[in-house]
Amino acid sequence: MKIIVCIKQVLDAKDVHLDPVTNNLLREGVPSIMNPYDQYAVEEAVRLKELLGGEVTVLSMGPPQAEDVLRQAISCGADHAVLVSDRAFAGADTWATSYTLAMAIQAIGAFELILCGKQAIDGDTAQVGPSLALRLGIPFVTCVQKVRQATDSGLILERMMDDGYDVLSVDYPALLTVVKDINKPRVPSLKGKMRAKKIEIRKLTAADIGADPLCIGLPGSPTQVEKVFSPPVRSQHTVFTGSIDEQIDQLIDSLKAYL
Amino acid sequence: MDYFLSEEQKMIVETARQITNEYIIPHRAALDEQDKFPRTILNAMAQADLFGIPVPEEFGGFGGGCLDIVLALEQLGRGCIGVGTAFAASSLGIYPILQAGSQEMRERYLPDAAAGKKFAAFGLTEANAGSDASGIQTTAVLDGDEWVVNGTKQWITNGGEAQIYTIVAITDRSKGPRGASMLVVEEGDPGFSCGPKEKKMGIRASSTTELIFKDCRIPKDRLIGRKGTGFITIMKTLDSSRPGIAALGLGLAQAALDEAACYAKQRVQFGKPIIAFQAVQHMLADMAIQLEAARALVYGAARHIDAHPQNMSKVSSMCKVFATDMAMKVATDAVQVMGGYGYMREYPVEKMMRDAKILQIYEGTNQIQRNVVGQELNKEYARVSVNG
Repeated sequence: MKIIVCIKQVLDAKDVHLDPVTNNLLREGVPSIMNPYDQYAVEEAVRLKELLGGEVTVLSMGPPQAEDVLRQAISCGADHAVLVSDRAFAGADTWATSYTLAMAIQAIGAFELILCGKQAIDGDTAQVGPSLALRLGIPFVTCVQKVRQATDSGLILERMMDDGYDVLSVDYPALLTVVKDINKPRVPSLKGKMRAKKIEIRKLTAADIGADPLCIGLPGSPTQVEKVFSPPVRSQHTVFTGSIDEQIDQLIDSLKAYL
Repeated sequence: MDYFLSEEQKMIVETARQITNEYIIPHRAALDEQDKFPRTILNAMAQADLFGIPVPEEFGGFGGGCLDIVLALEQLGRGCIGVGTAFAASSLGIYPILQAGSQEMRERYLPDAAAGKKFAAFGLTEANAGSDASGIQTTAVLDGDEWVVNGTKQWITNGGEAQIYTIVAITDRSKGPRGASMLVVEEGDPGFSCGPKEKKMGIRASSTTELIFKDCRIPKDRLIGRKGTGFITIMKTLDSSRPGIAALGLGLAQAALDEAACYAKQRVQFGKPIIAFQAVQHMLADMAIQLEAARALVYGAARHIDAHPQNMSKVSSMCKVFATDMAMKVATDAVQVMGGYGYMREYPVEKMMRDAKILQIYEGTNQIQRNVVGQELNKEYARVSVNG
């Protein structure tokens, strides 16, 4: 079984602060880590490999230093690592990112399963996983909290819901996004760390994956960030009443005040 | 202080630290209260390859030396020396096989030990043979192709939890110290059983039982090394393992100092945090000074042992005495700094003080260690004159 895990390097949320004047992220001296949800995805992939055999490839789109999180995934039991890195990817939103990852996955080759964290703790969109599945034309299940049964043909899963969980079965190929309830990631082993230190990471550029320059980076990103600000600390709250449509209209009107 | 550790050694520290922080510290109080063997934690250590540290690479291990195991044990000791003792005793149990076992024996036991699939235990002590190993009563008599073992071992760490037991038995009483041999007994061997778990003052996460041999029959090839070499193997094993016990003392003392210093910064009396008072500052300073001195000695001794010198007994004993006496003192002083709070079970230093005591007793009491150092000095000064 071939499993691909998409992972992202993010700033450690514990240390993230905004410049109060410019509202830019203060990146200096802030350590980078593997997106926490992705650690659960790597662990689940390694467990499935241990159960069913096969290989786990970790994939990341990011700057050259994103190598660090790929090596961390290797130390946790992944077999191969691929870094898609190119200046042309800079400024990508979730749409351009899922395009780039889809092209990279096609360059890597055949797979049965793709795992992603539920969302990254920087953008918090939870869009890349589902969007990647749509681009690859495969089914996806988000917020998986448990793999109940795994065989060579498919999985039986629990999907976390607000008021309980759904039980779903899915055949390969498929994409899952996972929540932190799914497992407890292992401590990287000594042998894993030795391997991680030595392993050669496959590096792919925009040209290597045959990406259309208009679909990647800023040109491929319809999302424009108008403004970033720290929400004021407030204790009061507003309850909207009326029909659902009326409540939504009231909500939008009140949000407009912040733009 | 920078001890110039290698990349690999830093990895060991990082791995053992993570296990300690995530698996040991959150559970140590419950393990202590319930006398519970830390199987889940040991499995996590196995997963992280810690059991492979002393095992050569050809048997699936890490091929590490004394300093490598010291670094791991220091971190584990920072969490709980009960858990650290269970881990250390397993290394101790396979040491005789590593040191003196045949190639077949090494192939049979070491891969599973390195992977942490099987735990080991070391069986020396008996009711009448503690510091005086010549009092051993357990016998092994060859009967055809089998050894027949009879006797009882006492206070054996990992008893009832281990699958591999390396024990010493008298194979020829007429030869005195050259009449002892080491053998491997496996869980499930006919005539072998373990007694109930002992109730202890501290290190209650570790299991301590009797090993009972009643006409226990084991194959002839379970003899470790040659017949009559048991005491030599034991001495070599303990020389290599004592710095590990010293390392548990380093970890425990570090944890006690951390607790006491953090408390002293927060606890306000007479309008000031108590760390501002010289009486408290001097206690903390002495704790830190003694700890760092012990760490330098233990690391130095471990590096000395890793250079495979002819005689390592003296430095091995020196570091065990110094670091474990230091751990007892620092743990006691940590309780003192924290006053009534330190004495309460709600805070971890109470357990640390109970735990620390065993470090001065097991793997050779600190009095026996001083004997070893003294005897070595006696030998050295027979050759050296005052003017060098």
